[in-house]
Amino acid sequence: MGLSGKDLTGLRNVSPGEIQLILDTAAPMKEIIKRQIKKVPILRGRTVVTVFYETSTRTRTSFELAAKYLSADAVNIAAATSSVKKGESLKDTARTIEAMGADVVALRHPMAGAAELLGGCLGARVINAGDGAHEHPTQALLDLFTVREKKGRIEGLKVAIIGDILYSRVARSDIWGYTKMGAEVRLAGPATLMPPGMEKFGVKVCSCLEEALDGADVINVLRIQLERQQHGLFPNLQEYSRLFGIDRERLRLAAPGALVMHPGPMNRGVEISAEVADGLQSVINEQVTNGVAVRMALLYLLIGGGAQNEANY
Amino acid sequence: MAKEKAQILDQDGIRRSLTRIAHEIIERNKGIDKLALIGIRRRGAPLAERLAVRIKEIEGRAAPVGILDITLYRDDLMTLERQPLVRSTEVPFPVLGKTVVLVDDVIYTGRTIRAALDALLDLGRPRVIQLAVLVDRGHRELPIRADYVGKNVPTSKKEVVSVRLKEIDGEERVVILESPD
Amino acid sequence: MKLIIRGGMVIDPVTGSMSEKDILVSKGRIAGIDAGIGSNGATVIDARGKLVAPGLIDMHVHLREPGYEPKETIYTGTRAAARGGFTSVACMPNTNPVADNAAVVSFIKDKAAAQGVVNVYPIGAITRGSKGGELAGLGDMREAGAVAFSDDGSPVMNAGLMRRAMQYARMLGMTIISHCEDINLSAGGSMHEGYISTVLGLKGIPSSAEEVMVARDIILAGETGCRLHIAHVSTAGSVRLVREAKARGVRVTAEATPHHFTLTDEAVLGYDTTTKVNPPLRLVEDVAAVKEGLADGTIDVIATDHAPHTLEEKDVEYERAPFGLVGLETAVGLVWTELVATGFLTPLQAITMMSQNPARVLGIPRGTLEIGADADITIIDPDFSGVVDPVQFAGKGRNTPFGGRLLKGLPRATIVGGRVVMQGGYVNR
Repeated sequence: MGLSGKDLTGLRNVSPGEIQLILDTAAPMKEIIKRQIKKVPILRGRTVVTVFYETSTRTRTSFELAAKYLSADAVNIAAATSSVKKGESLKDTARTIEAMGADVVALRHPMAGAAELLGGCLGARVINAGDGAHEHPTQALLDLFTVREKKGRIEGLKVAIIGDILYSRVARSDIWGYTKMGAEVRLAGPATLMPPGMEKFGVKVCSCLEEALDGADVINVLRIQLERQQHGLFPNLQEYSRLFGIDRERLRLAAPGALVMHPGPMNRGVEISAEVADGLQSVINEQVTNGVAVRMALLYLLIGGGAQNEANY
Repeated sequence: MAKEKAQILDQDGIRRSLTRIAHEIIERNKGIDKLALIGIRRRGAPLAERLAVRIKEIEGRAAPVGILDITLYRDDLMTLERQPLVRSTEVPFPVLGKTVVLVDDVIYTGRTIRAALDALLDLGRPRVIQLAVLVDRGHRELPIRADYVGKNVPTSKKEVVSVRLKEIDGEERVVILESPD
Repeated sequence: MKLIIRGGMVIDPVTGSMSEKDILVSKGRIAGIDAGIGSNGATVIDARGKLVAPGLIDMHVHLREPGYEPKETIYTGTRAAARGGFTSVACMPNTNPVADNAAVVSFIKDKAAAQGVVNVYPIGAITRGSKGGELAGLGDMREAGAVAFSDDGSPVMNAGLMRRAMQYARMLGMTIISHCEDINLSAGGSMHEGYISTVLGLKGIPSSAEEVMVARDIILAGETGCRLHIAHVSTAGSVRLVREAKARGVRVTAEATPHHFTLTDEAVLGYDTTTKVNPPLRLVEDVAAVKEGLADGTIDVIATDHAPHTLEEKDVEYERAPFGLVGLETAVGLVWTELVATGFLTPLQAITMMSQNPARVLGIPRGTLEIGADADITIIDPDFSGVVDPVQFAGKGRNTPFGGRLLKGLPRATIVGGRVVMQGGYVNR
């Protein structure tokens, strides 16, 4: 077994069988995280480099912990957004990484396609940790893992994804992941933040929040960026909250015991009420733990050996 | 496909060996106080279960049983043709202070047991660790020996010892296969 | 020095005729077209089995000089043209400094005369610095040799200003070439807005960004009576607007590029920056509409929008890459492979759209094989095929999405003013 591609740039190119394998591998990894001694020797002598052109303490730390729990060395290259603006190319960074002898690179970058670009010029394996509005596959995998753990399955579930779909890489990866695993996906959000061609993804674009929530088993709430308001994509946060915010009342429209998820960081009181975020149906904290497990699984599957695996270079 | 060369144990042979090992475990440890059985995936797991059943039949009390997955502790991953699946380790009891009997089907180079020892020690600090195997085929590469052996079988390195258990393989026997090259 | 082009199928868009003839070239001009012209010491080019056409004209190229010489120069750009079978090019004014005054226009003409191998016709800017603020010196530029006016990649957003430019250009008898793009609608986009842009997470440029401006400029042209030429039409809606305007008698012409009649937005999958072009590659329906527009005469001209960039500039994240791809050296092969071999256009139609029609739009005395005309001739072998290899390009830019593509129907000789500047794919020094 193993993953077919050298890099993980998105879930679009990953088969349902591969997703299954990642989730199956993440389960024993989660068990390791729960132990007192959270370390196994499998990736001893391997190097995982995180390259983050956007600040994201949560995702970066998650990758670093995942690497360390598997005994790999984790190094971070702090690549501020300013250096992108200065015109330092991603390829220059790639040369630095190559020189470091990295086995896996986790890249966060503000521009779509950056992970593919980097993967194309590196022998090391690249995991996309979020590129522009393109994909954030590890977030979607941890969402899938969380749902499968809590609901016992993904297939046949009704999943609502709410908010800024247009700019959300999480939404794209979630949509690929959920649909590949057989869930029914519904979207709701401001029309100005709904990208074109969504019906081709095999999802339903709902005309209002209530329609998307009706009987939903899982509610994925997306973060709304204030910046979108400044660009005139919606009038103001109060109105957004009134039309698309998830509060206790709206949660009742969903199926009993529906899961509430959020990729973080949350704007409490805007896209999600504090009550719901901290409520019994929220699995937001669990998502963080699962994120480490899923990333451990990926690191093992990408560099954990097997001659066949190595031959993919 | 490898050619079958000889049968070492049949269904009864396996049953008798396990019964004997169960007795030896009880005898050596003077009862089953603080005893735990931990099978190594995959075929060590059903063997540990069976030993636990035997021990309960003899002693009237059950010893806890766990399963160890040693994939993440292996030292040979880079040389394997295919990447092994990682499965769960299920040891639902603290191993601290326990007499742990590790159970596996075959002992050969000793590397699996080395990995299992590391994996086990990461779960806690047992008082004693012992090893039970159904077949010892020799050719050790590490200073490791089994405390309980179902059958010692001299083999050549070209041969493969295949333990077939009904839980996994649907049949009960141990055979020697001749590797084709 | 005499030249005879022997036994080719001579295509003359002016008479609409196609027949096997010899062409005699003398003193840089066409001296005779007939069957069986005696050699009499002349150099003979064997054109049997090939098409002999008036020299092709690409009315939309970026030569990048002055100011962006690392991308292209007049020296290299005209050689790319020659290799691609073009005998004349019209170059856009977005140089540095912008060609918004007589001095820059004269510089380009002089440099082309000194270093170029094909005829170069500068297009002047509509507004100063192409900034959309005030009118550039249109009359002076016409005197200096500008053949049309355009702010190409920096479209004139102010409709009032565009209207005045058209009124003024009409007075001068000049054509306005409009790159139709509402920059408020396209802002920040790097590819066509649709399913693929959503998949890739790239900001899209909606079809409306082009169509709104096509509609605006057609209305202004109708009102002012100015001749308007719509550059690189890329959407079905634009084709419809032009067709309808022509039916009403508006003086509008239009062009389409080989990439817009060949590729769709699916080419962007994989983030290959050579597919980043403005207007963007659109949908299958749009490609079909552009082809239909070419076939029914709605679109008059095939032009390349040849836009060279350096390797470093294109070897970046998709969103950071500049727009544009090189087209001069693949255009004829794409026209033949995609349009002629497939029956969308007859050879005569295709040649007309690359010779006579652009000459008419620009008002230049070319695109003809009349006796006495400058001997600008392109010889095309409809059966000769080759794989596009950017390394072989004579131009500096390697930014083509067509690398590796097999094209059939390639230019085999380019003759400018009686001088053979390209033969067998090699540009003569």
